[in-house]
Amino acid sequence: MKGSLRNRLLVALAVALTALYGVIGLPTSLQDIYDHLEEKVTLGLDLKGGVHLILQVQVQEALRAEADRTIRRLQDELGDLPVPLTPDSITRNNPETIEQADDIMITVEGVPAERASDFRNTVEQYFPNWLPSSRSSAVWELRMRPSSLALLKNDTVTQTIATVENRVNSLGLTEPTIQQHGRADAEYEVLVQLPGLSDPARVMQILSMTAQLEIQEVLDATPYPDIDSARAAHNGVMPPNSELRLHQRPAVGGAENEWYVLNAVPVITGSDLRNAVPGRNPEDQTWEARFVLSPEAGSRFGDYTGANVGNLLAVVLDDRIKSVAEIRSRITDQGSISGLSGQQEAQDLALVLRAGSLPASVEYLEERTVGASLGADSIRQGVRSALLGLALVVFSMLVYYRRAGINAVLALMLNLLILLAMLSYFSFTLTLPGIAGIILTIGMAVDANVLIFERIREELRAGKGVVGALNAGFAKAFLTLIDTNLTTIIAAAFLFLFGRGPVQGFAVTLAIGLVANLFTSVFVSRLIFDFALAGKKQVKELSI
Amino acid sequence: MQLLKETNIDFIGRRKYFLGLSLLLIVAGGVSLFLKGGPKFGIDFKGGTLVYVKFKDEPRLDEIREALTGEGLNVATLQPFEEGPDNHELKIDLDLTEEEALESGQDKIVATLRRLYGSEESKLDFNNVGLETLSDRVVSNPKIAESALTTEEITEEVRALLAFRDQAPQSGLVRDFSLLTSIEGVNPDIISALEEETYLGAFAIRGGGYVGPKIGKELQWQAIKATLFALGGMLVYIAFRFEWIYGVAAVAAVFHDVLITLGFFSLFNREIELTVVAAFLTLVGYSMNDTIVIFDRVRENRKLTRRQPLASLLNLSVNQTLARTVLTSGLTLMAVLCLFVFGGEVLRSFSFALVVGVLIGTYSSVFVASPILLWWQGRAVAVGGQSRRK
Repeated sequence: MKGSLRNRLLVALAVALTALYGVIGLPTSLQDIYDHLEEKVTLGLDLKGGVHLILQVQVQEALRAEADRTIRRLQDELGDLPVPLTPDSITRNNPETIEQADDIMITVEGVPAERASDFRNTVEQYFPNWLPSSRSSAVWELRMRPSSLALLKNDTVTQTIATVENRVNSLGLTEPTIQQHGRADAEYEVLVQLPGLSDPARVMQILSMTAQLEIQEVLDATPYPDIDSARAAHNGVMPPNSELRLHQRPAVGGAENEWYVLNAVPVITGSDLRNAVPGRNPEDQTWEARFVLSPEAGSRFGDYTGANVGNLLAVVLDDRIKSVAEIRSRITDQGSISGLSGQQEAQDLALVLRAGSLPASVEYLEERTVGASLGADSIRQGVRSALLGLALVVFSMLVYYRRAGINAVLALMLNLLILLAMLSYFSFTLTLPGIAGIILTIGMAVDANVLIFERIREELRAGKGVVGALNAGFAKAFLTLIDTNLTTIIAAAFLFLFGRGPVQGFAVTLAIGLVANLFTSVFVSRLIFDFALAGKKQVKELSI
Repeated sequence: MQLLKETNIDFIGRRKYFLGLSLLLIVAGGVSLFLKGGPKFGIDFKGGTLVYVKFKDEPRLDEIREALTGEGLNVATLQPFEEGPDNHELKIDLDLTEEEALESGQDKIVATLRRLYGSEESKLDFNNVGLETLSDRVVSNPKIAESALTTEEITEEVRALLAFRDQAPQSGLVRDFSLLTSIEGVNPDIISALEEETYLGAFAIRGGGYVGPKIGKELQWQAIKATLFALGGMLVYIAFRFEWIYGVAAVAAVFHDVLITLGFFSLFNREIELTVVAAFLTLVGYSMNDTIVIFDRVRENRKLTRRQPLASLLNLSVNQTLARTVLTSGLTLMAVLCLFVFGGEVLRSFSFALVVGVLIGTYSSVFVASPILLWWQGRAVAVGGQSRRK
């Protein structure tokens, strides 16, 4: 009995020390304890402040762009056939929402019946992602293969995450979390958590900027006040491969709308950029974003501008014209985007141009900001009131159960220590709902001891001796404890599996706390009783 | 010390009164829910925009409401609360309108408040500025640009100033620049640059958020799904350890608790936020724990005294565990009340659910779960009797 008591004591001490080490490390000063605690127990955004964002990638846009590229290549390939084939029209449908994304389809009209096999062979040879089917003798439909759809959408999300990561890093934000969120095959969501950030508006704008830069040739130097007058000026027939883009030119009393006819095939795109920095225009001191082109794009741009001196070029950002300028001389490797509102816009634009464009636009589904001051208040008030509650509970236990109360309090403290240590060893994040889990754990830890002690008192009242009453009390309460704790642990397991975010945070602390509870109430509390009684031959009274 | 010695109260015999009380509570909550058109969800579940603002002086509610509505914002709640003296806070909650994008909701609130409370053109609001923006601004201040300070040093100083702003007792709102000079080791040049570049706004945005309609629905459904699975798991375990009717009775009691707590939320006009889900889960766990303690005793007593009718067996078990029930509930209630009173506004709905939950959870174990067992046995006997007669 004595040997077993020593062994049990060693087990309890080992657990307590391991837990203590996990929580406070090997401190040499009070400050050390505090630092270690802060480093080891990760606090959720709701407690330490920060911004939590969920953005949704509009994958249908990437599919539409892919269809557009396919249409252009298809025209080329069909034209390059030994006997060139020029269908009447090649168009695509326009899926507007994520749910409709998979409906993407290219329709080819006017393929003569005798050229059907040529057409089919071309598609199968050069466009393995697309499945051709003939709707009637002259009309073909191309749909994307399911596997290609999935791959392309997945790539779009992955690329978005990489770009968002780049931008967050360029902003110098520390410890960000950026990851896929929700169901990968249907939701296309990205979770972004930025601890410590308290001013979300600017960052949100930077992250959601698509930043697709294109430098395009202006085909018609006249700006038109609206689309209709532009069409009318060309008698309703726009030049081939052209598109109309809006320029909002700053003017007295608001912006003035100017529509330009541009060549749809850009001279330079965002991927040709090597660097971008904010700067001031030496002439009028307005802010601009200056960029440097890669060598390959630079020589291409040099050839183009050399051949087109006197013509106009438009800088287009996310389908809006930012500025229109005349080519005065050959430009090889640099340019600038002017027409910006100020320093901030120039800085932000240079940053996103450096970090790369998004393959599709993103929409914010959710944003939560906890300011640093609010997080600090939540912690202070939450911890302070929890400690007060704990102190009251401890005091009552000591008054009510006297010596045995000390057992209960020691067991409770060890329980909390183990809980904190587990959080720190497995680097779980402590959130507000997690604190709720801790409160339930405290409740159940107190309950475990009350159950045991009341049972022992009952046995004492029934006339049993101290040792007999202890044995019977622990044995009988043990079954109850197993049932109550296991039931709740099962519930916590389900909550962890099926819940998300806050529900999971609750489940983690609760499950750990309850397992620790079984150990402390049954094993440790009993051990302390035995330890106190050991060595005394005849025990007549128990302080309970 | 001992509060309760051996008691012998006839709980089960009075079950009709308690059934009446339960019904009354459920009906009261149900009527309130019906009149108010269902539970009052926070933005987490219904979607919308939420902003916590702290004011220097008491906010002028009517004026703010009028101005926000004038901006076309759909104001759902405008709830002032005070944490301590001279600390005026306001929770503004907007319902989703169709075309409302998330930036616009929060931006409009801030712009409207700026208009009401004044701002200084071309200066930053020190009480509402982030680290990056403020340090960029201080770096470009002409005097600072001439000084020997590096950008990193300036950023560190600004970080310290903002940390001071966010600490208690300022808690996000600095009332006077002279307070900043009291911070140790801050360069006076930076403070004078701050006075040139910033002003002290009359309010501070402390936090908030936007939840789109899709996420709201999803969160609602997920919370319900997780809870139902958890309840199912508990039912199966109890059915396995006891008898299946024990599981049903325990789950029914928990359901009763959730219903009544929902009713209380409606009666007291409290919003159901995301954290409240955690509180509901806590109450489910707590009530279940309480019920099992009593059932466990019933199981034990049944082995000892096989002859005793179930009603007196239940009474005996409830009385035997009464001391424990009172003590545990009392202690837990005490801890939870501390949280409710001193835990702050962010935790208020959460701790409200816990206070109601502990009270109702304890009550239901004694007065709801046990009578269900009795009712089931009565039915079983009646059915058995009939079949024998045939």
